[in-house]
Amino acid sequence: MIATAFSAELLSRLAPTSGHDAFARDLLVLPMLLPLAAACLSVLSSSLLWRRTLMLGATVLLVAVSGWLLLMADLGHVLVYRLGNWPVPVAIVLSLDRLSALLLLLTAVVATGSAWAALRGDDQHGPHFHAAFLLLIAGVNGAFLAGDLFNLFVSFELLLIASYGLLVFGATPTRVRSGVHYVVLNLVGSSIFLVGIGMLYSVTGTLNLAELAQRVALLDAPSAAFARSGALLLFVVFALKAALVPFSFWLPAAYSAASPPVAALFAILTKVGVYAIVRMHTFVVGTDAGHSADLYGDWLWPMALLTVGFGALAAVGTRSVRRLQSALLVMSVGTMLASMAIGSEAGLAAGLFYLVHSTIAAAAMFLIAALSEQRDTPRRWTGLLFFAGAVAVAGLPPLSGFLGKVLILQALPVDGRLPVMWTVVLGSSLLAVIALSRRGAALFWGAVEAPETPTLPRISEPRSARRAPLSRVPPTALLLVLVVLTVGAGTLSNYTHRTAQQLLAPGHIRSQILNTPGGR
Amino acid sequence: MLYLIVLLPMIGSVFPVVFRRASSTTVAWSAALPVIASRGMLAAQAPAVLAGTVVRSDWPWLPAAGLTLALRVDGLSWLFGMMVLVIGLFVQLYARYYMQGDRELGRLYVLLSLFMGSMLGLVLSGNLLLLVVFWEATSLVSFLLIGFKTADPAARAGARTALAVTAGGGLALLAGVLLLGRIVGSYDLDRVLAAGDLVRAHAWYLPTLVLVLLGAFTKSAQFPFHFWLPRAMSAPTPVSAYLHSATMVKAGVFLLARLYPTLSGTSEWTGIVGTVGMLTLLVGAYSAMWQHDLKGLLAYSTISHLGLITLLLGFSSPMAVVAAVFHVVNHATFKASLFMAAGMIDHEVGTRDMRVLNGLWRQMPWTGALAIIAASAMAGVPLLNGFLSKEMFFAEALTSQTLSLRWIEPLAAVVAGALGVGYSLRFIMEVFFNADNTPLPKIPHEPPMFMRLPGGVLAIACLAVGIAPSLLMARQLLPAVDAVLQAPAPTFDLAIWHGVNLPLVMSVIALLGGIALYRVRESAYAWHDRLPTVDGLHIFDAMFSAFTRTAVHATQALENGSLQRYVRWLLIATLIAGVAPWIQSASMATAWSTMRDAGFAWPAAIPDAASTALCALLVACTLWTVMSRHAPLTAVVAISTVGLLVSLAFARLAAPDLALTQLLVELVTILLLLVAVRHLTPASVTREARTGEARTGEARTGEARTGEARTPRVRDALIASAIGGTSGLLAWVLLERPSVPSVSDFYALASVPQGHGRNMVNVILVDFRGFDTLGEVAVLTMAALGVLIALDQGRPLLRGVSLPAHGPEDIDPFAERVPVMLRMIARALLPLAAMMTVFVLLRGHDLPGGGFAAGMLTAVMLVVQALAGQPGVLHPVGFDLRRLMMIGLLIALATGAASVLFGLPFLTSGYRSIALPVIGSIALPSAIAFDFGVYLAVVGATVVIVNRLGRYEAAAARDAQERSP
Amino acid sequence: MNLLLASAIAVLIGSGAYLVLRARLFTVLLGLMLIGYGVNLFLLAMGRVRVLVPPIIRDAGGPYADPLPQALVLTAIVIGFGMTAFLLALAVRSRAVFGSDHVDGLADAPP
Repeated sequence: MIATAFSAELLSRLAPTSGHDAFARDLLVLPMLLPLAAACLSVLSSSLLWRRTLMLGATVLLVAVSGWLLLMADLGHVLVYRLGNWPVPVAIVLSLDRLSALLLLLTAVVATGSAWAALRGDDQHGPHFHAAFLLLIAGVNGAFLAGDLFNLFVSFELLLIASYGLLVFGATPTRVRSGVHYVVLNLVGSSIFLVGIGMLYSVTGTLNLAELAQRVALLDAPSAAFARSGALLLFVVFALKAALVPFSFWLPAAYSAASPPVAALFAILTKVGVYAIVRMHTFVVGTDAGHSADLYGDWLWPMALLTVGFGALAAVGTRSVRRLQSALLVMSVGTMLASMAIGSEAGLAAGLFYLVHSTIAAAAMFLIAALSEQRDTPRRWTGLLFFAGAVAVAGLPPLSGFLGKVLILQALPVDGRLPVMWTVVLGSSLLAVIALSRRGAALFWGAVEAPETPTLPRISEPRSARRAPLSRVPPTALLLVLVVLTVGAGTLSNYTHRTAQQLLAPGHIRSQILNTPGGR
Repeated sequence: MLYLIVLLPMIGSVFPVVFRRASSTTVAWSAALPVIASRGMLAAQAPAVLAGTVVRSDWPWLPAAGLTLALRVDGLSWLFGMMVLVIGLFVQLYARYYMQGDRELGRLYVLLSLFMGSMLGLVLSGNLLLLVVFWEATSLVSFLLIGFKTADPAARAGARTALAVTAGGGLALLAGVLLLGRIVGSYDLDRVLAAGDLVRAHAWYLPTLVLVLLGAFTKSAQFPFHFWLPRAMSAPTPVSAYLHSATMVKAGVFLLARLYPTLSGTSEWTGIVGTVGMLTLLVGAYSAMWQHDLKGLLAYSTISHLGLITLLLGFSSPMAVVAAVFHVVNHATFKASLFMAAGMIDHEVGTRDMRVLNGLWRQMPWTGALAIIAASAMAGVPLLNGFLSKEMFFAEALTSQTLSLRWIEPLAAVVAGALGVGYSLRFIMEVFFNADNTPLPKIPHEPPMFMRLPGGVLAIACLAVGIAPSLLMARQLLPAVDAVLQAPAPTFDLAIWHGVNLPLVMSVIALLGGIALYRVRESAYAWHDRLPTVDGLHIFDAMFSAFTRTAVHATQALENGSLQRYVRWLLIATLIAGVAPWIQSASMATAWSTMRDAGFAWPAAIPDAASTALCALLVACTLWTVMSRHAPLTAVVAISTVGLLVSLAFARLAAPDLALTQLLVELVTILLLLVAVRHLTPASVTREARTGEARTGEARTGEARTGEARTPRVRDALIASAIGGTSGLLAWVLLERPSVPSVSDFYALASVPQGHGRNMVNVILVDFRGFDTLGEVAVLTMAALGVLIALDQGRPLLRGVSLPAHGPEDIDPFAERVPVMLRMIARALLPLAAMMTVFVLLRGHDLPGGGFAAGMLTAVMLVVQALAGQPGVLHPVGFDLRRLMMIGLLIALATGAASVLFGLPFLTSGYRSIALPVIGSIALPSAIAFDFGVYLAVVGATVVIVNRLGRYEAAAARDAQERSP
Repeated sequence: MNLLLASAIAVLIGSGAYLVLRARLFTVLLGLMLIGYGVNLFLLAMGRVRVLVPPIIRDAGGPYADPLPQALVLTAIVIGFGMTAFLLALAVRSRAVFGSDHVDGLADAPP
């Protein structure tokens, strides 16, 4: 995220000056192909050591690749990759703008953390943990890069089926039950997704998002009605992924049942939904979409606020630290989407800033929550971690969460929404603080109390998990990332501002994608 | 430079951890030295600051939010900073002996240093947002300090209450600061201080004021938020002395003083601040009177004195400000030393209950002496610093115009003064005198000299300031007052004797009244005990627990764990999303016209018979499936019929590839269903003996638990038909519309010349949109892996769960259940099927077929062979089909990657035409290799899935046999 | 023709939705399969329908059905198959764990 004038100037020499340079081009498929290939190899390889090496190695490599991609995306032009060397818009394109790049890097970081955490033994309760893990990442990255509606669907399915496997991995009763719920809901969601795609295709005759956007804007009233239906169906699907009220009630059960590293990794899944919503909201049915202009705006704002409310309520209303963290995850999603629904550049930027922070914080906190349920690890350091993590997820000073919330609160224009939003955001923070202090005091100060689901840790904690020092490293590392974000808050916020600017000039992105030369 | 002042204590907080093994003296020094250094550096600022200049240093942090690391020293912050550091040092020294030999001493020092740093940051910060940051930081550290004795429930409760109140206030303050920043256009303190008139004139003045005051009042324990402070007394005494009397609780009044130029001077300010201050003053003093715990008494008296300071600031007259600042310092000195005295008594005697303590004067004269001096200062006895500021307070109370009733404030002042004298007397008399030989827990003796030292020094300070105020305090006080007023302070002289004037009379009255009150205390207690106890704390707790209960219930009501309800909401939302665009903007009428414009029209021609029959059959079988859902086998037959009809429909609708694929998929799916069906019937059915209708499964739905309607069938039917109707309607209207120009036109042109295939669908799949196919295959393989994960038996499960034992690898799920005929046929078919596979695979590019169809075909063939009792077909010896599918995926990947080597994008297909026997000359694009990879992956995945389920079923069956001999 | 197709879609999706709302995993599975059929037909219909003119380029030329929806549906069928298989396995497991095939793992018969 070093975007100082010097390094930018330096990059303009290193990095390609246009989107279709060979090197940049082939780097662009790696985020999807690398984990895919690694997954195949991990199934083929017989030794645990190899599989783990593949998993961790791939994630670390992805950090490097995504970092590089981010630096290139920050040069300001959209990188476009025409798969199969067909001309746009026929070809399936991968497109990388600042938003995609940011989320790719975020995914890589979170994935590295949770892959590392999985080494303590959560990957040994069944077959093919590593393959599923890698395929999930492939799907997520594919979703972030997809410049084609149906390709987005395929990526979604990939990350979903992988997440099904990871969620029920170990197959404890809670995991099976919540797994069934999660799977059925998302299968229904996939069908809705297909219908939405069909309706959009039937009136626009294209799947390329850029062209789709252009044609949606030009539709006449009756056709636009179909387009709107289709886009709203997609909104429902994405809202289900992002766990917006009224689609968020499955999440606490599922995420608290999953094994800690999986839960940490799943922190990124909700962001895929958020990403898709933002993409559609700004790019396809944005303010310049003719009859479909600002289609999501009316729905996003109230739903996001309700989500914050539900998250805060559920946070106070639970006694399990895992459920608490899950509720706070829901809350953070609501907060960032509410900010993005404001519609201003500042709101978008603030929401993105908070997205980066809250995702990493949530991942760390899921790992810490698991640690804090083990009675046999040294409490002092775990308690310290919990305190730091709590400060992070509650958005208290001095960590970046506070800065994110300040940015969000500042982003509002002066109108009727301001008091509502401020009350909701600040009130939810207070409830989060109260809930966290209660849990923390009970966990680390109080008499030892049994965790809510005694069967879960007992059964699924292998002996190696007792070797606490290793298992304390990943959350600590993630928290250190947050410290870096806090110190470098200025840089990050500048980047998110540039991202917001880019997003709010969708015409520019579209033309860059559609005017990509090349083809047979 | 300034940063070091704040950072040094924070850095210092590391040392106690480093030296945790060393002696407590070393630990103490390691914590104290940085503080001493920091104090030196702040003192070094004195000449400049006391001369009235403002020292600043800035550093950008988050420019987008207007948040800069700006530190700023003027008279006020210098005075507070010195107070924090000096008293901090005393407390550190005191704590070293108070916690003599306690293993937790290190932790205490860490937290104390952290707090010191945050507090310094708070008073020195030159940016309001930064101030909020440190503000919340102090709340967090104080949370940890109050809960220091983690084993003590009271400590935990106290910590949580304090955090809830102060952090909440902090959030309000944040809102207020943000509003201020909006009005002023900057968070920089200098600019905010300069913009007073702008702010006071602004429409948002009142909300801003209220929010900021909420922050200040919660922090400074003002009525009605005062209740957290007494509860916080469960912290170790050094902490109480430092945070909860001398420094942290002063943060609130500091904020009031800091923003005085910006916010004060309006009727709202005087009204709110004055009233709250006066109430706090009285409530605190009154409650202090009845405390029997020394620290409780001190806590309430602290509240009352904070109220006094707030009230003074509420007067918003220059002289009142002088008095306020002066009293802040005085109160800090005598209250800190009083807490230390209380701590020493507790430490030496083992109790803080004034009903037990008595006659300690004999054993602890030194402690007694300093306690008496400090307590007298608290009472406002002449020749002590408390007296001076109280005099000023009385004077101000007389002259102030705050409230409509002129006499209220003097009266309140006198009453509070009398009460103050009263409880100070109690503190002195009941602890050190009135010896009534009540047995004490321990035989008391003087604490070590260094433990007495800090309190002693502070007491002497009270005395010295009391005697020679102008000499000792004027220099420091003046610039502080200037800073508060942002204007030259009024001329005042800190003399002891102003001649006989009204304030003096009031003091005398207060003194006499206090003594009188002390005289009649016994009857007063009796009277007080008869009163109903109204306590903010209990109200808070009651509200809090009530809220928690509500939250719990609401949460359980919302996420009630009933999948059916989640799905229902999802479907309803879908319905809304589908319909909203048609009625969103306009009424149904226009919606209808929109539909008609959209191309809605009654069909012109009667469709042909075949299609009609097909459709009718499809509908019938669908309904049949729904009806027969409780008879699993029938349902499977029904739904497979539906599937076959759908594939016929595909054929009819000019989609041969789909028809073929659908057919094959259907075969495998039926097989899977048949294998698993035994596990999908309600236990009531499979469980032998009872053959009760499976409706039991229907009857007790999730709703039965959640108390919704018992049989939601009708409602569901309505939702379902609405959804079906809508989708059908939309489909119809869309079908009636003319088709739009689409990318498909390009496929028609490019398919043969560039894709080298006539079957556009297949060319799309392997070439135009090969990337989707890649993803799709990845999904399929992951599904196979998922099945393996879901049915993995490698880990122990809970008791009472009937999971089949781990079946041996060579177990053949389908053996000895196959009629001989089928075996013969299957064997005969084998070569033919193999031929067909190759054919379908290769020709796929030009005619319906392709890798996926071929793969499915092979899989079906293998399964049929297995059914025909070929041992190990599904699990070839020495070869795991999981590997096969992954190799297939890798081949597809490699094919795509190959083009990258030629500098072309991923998945760019090459082309070569070769002549083969039998099939003839065929186009052999690299896409064929890709298709082959797909083929392998599909075979592998399908067979793995069938095999796993089959083996599971077989193992389960065997278990069942073993269990029932 | 269009009306027929539309009504078929309506019935398939409607019945599927109803079954998905039931309390037993088996019925939910059936429902999802039905919805899948309906959605696939819907997707195919989005390219408008032509009878008996498969999207295969003949030298004679002539009309052909829109190939893209067919490709999409093919992908959808494959993915749907994978999903069905997984849910089937998960249902079997859930039955083994809870001794019932209720979607919430509730006992569906008195023990």
